[in-house]
Amino acid sequence: MANHKEVIYGLYNDETELLRAVKAAKNQHIEIMDVYSPFPVHGLDPILGLEESRLHIAGFVYGMLGTLTAFLGMTWIFTKDWPVIFGGKPYWSVPAFIPITFELTVLFASIGMVVTFYIVSGMGPGITNNYLDDRITDDKFCIAFDKSEVSESDAQAFFQSTGAAEVNVKHIN
Amino acid sequence: MSAPVSQIREPLITGHKTYHQITEDLISPTEKTPSFAWTVGFIISAIFLGLYVFSVLWTIYMGIGTWNLNRTVGWGWDITNFVWWVGIGHAGTLISAILLIFRQKWRTGVNRAAEAMTIFAVICAGQFPLIHMGRLWMGFFIFPYVNTRGPLWPNFNSPLLWDVFAISTYFTVSLLFWYTGLVPDFATVRDRAKGFRKKVYNFLSFGWTGSAKHWQRWESLSLILAGLSTPLVLSVHTIVSFDFATSVIPGWHTTIFPPYFVAGAIFSGFAMVQTLMLVTRTVLNLKDYITIEHIESMNKVILLTGTIVGVAYITELFIAWYSGYIYEQFAFFNRVFGPYWWSYFGMMFCNVISPQLYWKKSWRRNITLTFFLSIVINIGMWFERFVIIATTLARDYLPSSWSYYSPTWVEICLFLGTLGLFFFCYLIFTRVAPVVAVAEIKSILKSAGDQYVGKNAVHQHHHGDEHSEVESH
Repeated sequence: MANHKEVIYGLYNDETELLRAVKAAKNQHIEIMDVYSPFPVHGLDPILGLEESRLHIAGFVYGMLGTLTAFLGMTWIFTKDWPVIFGGKPYWSVPAFIPITFELTVLFASIGMVVTFYIVSGMGPGITNNYLDDRITDDKFCIAFDKSEVSESDAQAFFQSTGAAEVNVKHIN
Repeated sequence: MSAPVSQIREPLITGHKTYHQITEDLISPTEKTPSFAWTVGFIISAIFLGLYVFSVLWTIYMGIGTWNLNRTVGWGWDITNFVWWVGIGHAGTLISAILLIFRQKWRTGVNRAAEAMTIFAVICAGQFPLIHMGRLWMGFFIFPYVNTRGPLWPNFNSPLLWDVFAISTYFTVSLLFWYTGLVPDFATVRDRAKGFRKKVYNFLSFGWTGSAKHWQRWESLSLILAGLSTPLVLSVHTIVSFDFATSVIPGWHTTIFPPYFVAGAIFSGFAMVQTLMLVTRTVLNLKDYITIEHIESMNKVILLTGTIVGVAYITELFIAWYSGYIYEQFAFFNRVFGPYWWSYFGMMFCNVISPQLYWKKSWRRNITLTFFLSIVINIGMWFERFVIIATTLARDYLPSSWSYYSPTWVEICLFLGTLGLFFFCYLIFTRVAPVVAVAEIKSILKSAGDQYVGKNAVHQHHHGDEHSEVESH
């Protein structure tokens, strides 16, 4: 995304039109740069060929990290670093460690996944990404082609045949 | 979206909305100058917030002695308020997480505001244990940080420390969940704004573009956060109940506390959601998005959880009698007929009897009754915590140290003050962010809009054909 690009994009009025158009593009082997929508359009990912997000795997790893931090941390503190007897219970009183272990599992998994989500998506506080059209967050569904890969005439013909309401060209950095 | 919609389901979005109208309706409240009702509400909240700040400063300056806590009643209004506020927060997470997992579409109308309520309620709750410490500036001692005294660690076996972890995790996760949901909607606000306002929302929207891959990750993240929040919310009030249940005080030392506290928390939380939603939908004119259907669904949850709470109260009494243990029996006899009998009967009336009105469908759909009962239930749930805490502590093992506790003006002002803090935050929220999740409402329009389902549907069949063709799951 870093270099200068010329993008031709078509706006559709409805998600069913968008889905039909994406399917058509796939059948005609036209390379889609990206698809933008005001809300998650269900059924789009398989047509577009998007692989399932691996965020949940990251979440599991972060969660495990939380589990280990809490459990091993408390174990070390209460058996090695500063053992204290509370109410005649053993130093290593595992059942009492469960609540905090659980909480830290959830905490680590949540924070880790949210941070990962923003980093891999190239988002974060203060970051401005190029977006093609103000109406994409309102009521327009957009298919974008990179002009270096799809010629303008091909794109125009495609948008016309799939019923795009509007076609525009935009330079993005 | 492609799941078949039952014919008897009522539409959740009325008024034949288009996507653009949804944007207009939901974003415009943040763009207009505030209404008169909002301004009045805000001024009143700010006054109560001022009262809160004053009471906190007074408590810190004069000391905890300004409260009426005594040798046996070491927890009074402060911990009652703490538990009450934490409980209120639970409905927000239930709506946003548990109902997401159960694919309940009606959650979309209310989840944003309910999650905001959770966050503000937890902020209010967190105040009380901190102020109760007396030396507020040493509050960070509760966290296990590396210190120069050994390091000396907190007691990880203590339910009070579990509470620290539970509440702070709960607050963090709720905030992350809420904000992640807000990002696409902030982008919608950004794309309508100009000038400085655009800059602010550009910052808040984190550079959201609406790309298909981002939506996919966003949905995956929301679902996993929901999956994590579901056991989390159950654990939070379970751990709050451990503050009592792991003690050896008759009346507190009961295994029924965790489920009973969780049910009570959801019960009181839904009552607060009703109070807020009924006002919000009227003031911000959102009756097409927060419909009678939503209100009825929430009243059903209130009926269910209120009944669970009622069963728990009666089970407690039965088990106390059945235990054959005179101290336990006395604790419960004292709860019902002791010096605080009025709070026990207040609790029973508000929490067990009043929600039973909701067995009748027309009453579940009655807005005036719902508003009135939502406040009654909140009062009842406050009584519940007061009953558990004060009546138990006022009568301990030694009759010579029996006492009676009533709050001072400082304690009353602290409680009223947190109400101010809560509504102050909520009112700012209604001005800054869309109170109904815009993107999520759009995503259910085709399956819950009244032009597609229900009596007034106009393009139902057309819609069904389209979807069976293109949707794969």
